[in-house]
Amino acid sequence: MIKRINSKVYYTLLFLLPGLIIYTVFMVYPLLDSLRLSLFKGAGLVPKEFVGLENYIRLFTQNPYRERFLNALLHSVIFFVVLYIFNILYGYILSIMVTRRHSGLMFFRVIYYIPRTLSVLVVGFLFSLMLNPVFGIFDKIFLFLGMDFMVRPWLGDPKTALVLIGMITSWHHLGVPILFFTASIDGIPEELYDAANVDGVNTLGMVRHIITPLLKPMIRLVTVLTFVADFVAFDIVYAMATSRGNPDYATDLTGTFFYRTAFGAVYGARPDMGLGAAVAFILLIIIIVGVLLIFYIFKERDNKL
Amino acid sequence: MKSILLKERKYLQDNNTSKIILYIVLIIHTFVVLFPIYVMFVTSLKNEKEIFLSQVSFPKVLCWENYTDLFAKYNYLYYLRNSMFVTLSSVVLLLVISSFAAYVLAKYKFKLNKLIYFYFFIGIMIPIRLGTINIFQMMKSLNLFDNLLSLIIIYTTMSLPIGIFILTDFVRVIPDSIIEAARIDGSSEFWIYRSIVIPLIRPGLVTVAVFNFLPIWNDFWFGLVLIRSDKLKTVPLATTMFYGEYFNEYGLIFAALSMASLPLILFYLILSRQFVKGLIKGAVKG
Repeated sequence: MIKRINSKVYYTLLFLLPGLIIYTVFMVYPLLDSLRLSLFKGAGLVPKEFVGLENYIRLFTQNPYRERFLNALLHSVIFFVVLYIFNILYGYILSIMVTRRHSGLMFFRVIYYIPRTLSVLVVGFLFSLMLNPVFGIFDKIFLFLGMDFMVRPWLGDPKTALVLIGMITSWHHLGVPILFFTASIDGIPEELYDAANVDGVNTLGMVRHIITPLLKPMIRLVTVLTFVADFVAFDIVYAMATSRGNPDYATDLTGTFFYRTAFGAVYGARPDMGLGAAVAFILLIIIIVGVLLIFYIFKERDNKL
Repeated sequence: MKSILLKERKYLQDNNTSKIILYIVLIIHTFVVLFPIYVMFVTSLKNEKEIFLSQVSFPKVLCWENYTDLFAKYNYLYYLRNSMFVTLSSVVLLLVISSFAAYVLAKYKFKLNKLIYFYFFIGIMIPIRLGTINIFQMMKSLNLFDNLLSLIIIYTTMSLPIGIFILTDFVRVIPDSIIEAARIDGSSEFWIYRSIVIPLIRPGLVTVAVFNFLPIWNDFWFGLVLIRSDKLKTVPLATTMFYGEYFNEYGLIFAALSMASLPLILFYLILSRQFVKGLIKGAVKG
């Protein structure tokens, strides 16, 4: 008996330890270590001078840090709104359409996921090339259609660049919400439709009273994933507007801001790991609070229904 | 029989007008999805002259030179090999480590079980990117900076929470009686893991592999931070290099973009069933 218990403990450790160790050492510890690192200052690999909360004070009160940081935060919020509209709302409508009972709809479901298999970077480069005036395929299409007013440097204009990059990100990402939503619409038992059908509910009523309430956990999950991805988005801006968020920081997101402070030695500014760690820690807090808030909001709505 | 059933279920059918609108919307969206990919591919097969004549048309003469240049002049094989090596190693490590943990978390009863499961679960929602500074310093001090091993470690780690989450669900479905019977026969725990658990969760292993393959292959962030030398670059890093250095050679750039994408599109189309199937399982539960 004793031997039995011992061998069980032994195997528990043997099977569990590799995962626990790797996950703790290379993910949990680095995430939490941002807090410690953010209290130090100094250029170079390991900042050594202890400065307390100075990095946080710099970020929130001193320019240019304050200006850039708040600018990036605001842009990430706008970016989230764009992604929400084009991914979650539009994706939801498309998902309901492709789960109707007509022939050939499976074909669309397979096609719609394809952009997601490309890397974000490729998507960014591809759209940059198509939008640039030299290759300029979009310009030519608009001219051909007689829509001359659409020929504009969309990416060069600070007013339109961020929303445009958000839409391109949505082009890339849309397959995920559709895959998640269609999978759970497929899982809705037929009897529920039958019952509603007897009561004479029409299609829109079905969507409102059956599909949407049942999809709530999935909508919540996609909202959380979109929110988290939004605050560390980097590749698409790097590919289309460099890590500075051109033009004039108009597309700078928290992800690119974090990269610049911690690693990017661009335009004379030296990488400052302590400051970067402070940014990382603030983002970590924003993400945790945001995720809890999303869970809370969805719970509230549950109670009301 | 099936068609009769479908006809009776009017609520999932539409009248003709809404049916036409539905197909129009879906076809327009298909066009939106495929057009950029089509442009990328046809442009990669044109010579410099034809690229500027008409961008939408199919090439009159197929010009494979852009592709042969990638391999012959610019060592593209190196980058492909690096990506292959890193991605395959990470996925294999991920499968071994996460199936180990999944077996214990699903079938062993001990005090901390739920807590450890939750500890891994949080990792699905928190992005590992925010720990990059420490990871960078750690890799430097371990002498793994500018070494593909550092990427393998990080990619395995970042996929671990979702891998454990999916596989634990699969192991839970295995009846306890099978495992108990094997124990009574005197089989070792490792034998049970290898000869009972692994064969029974094979669909789960495929799902985890397929889901994590793409994000690992496409990752750019950690490559950018952890890799310096040209001969260690992965495909996304190489793509950036081509885009930056050969900005005016459109044919070459589009060939590089296509090379970074087409293998993955094919991979997805071949396995698209597995994608959807694996997800439905998870979706119904979650």
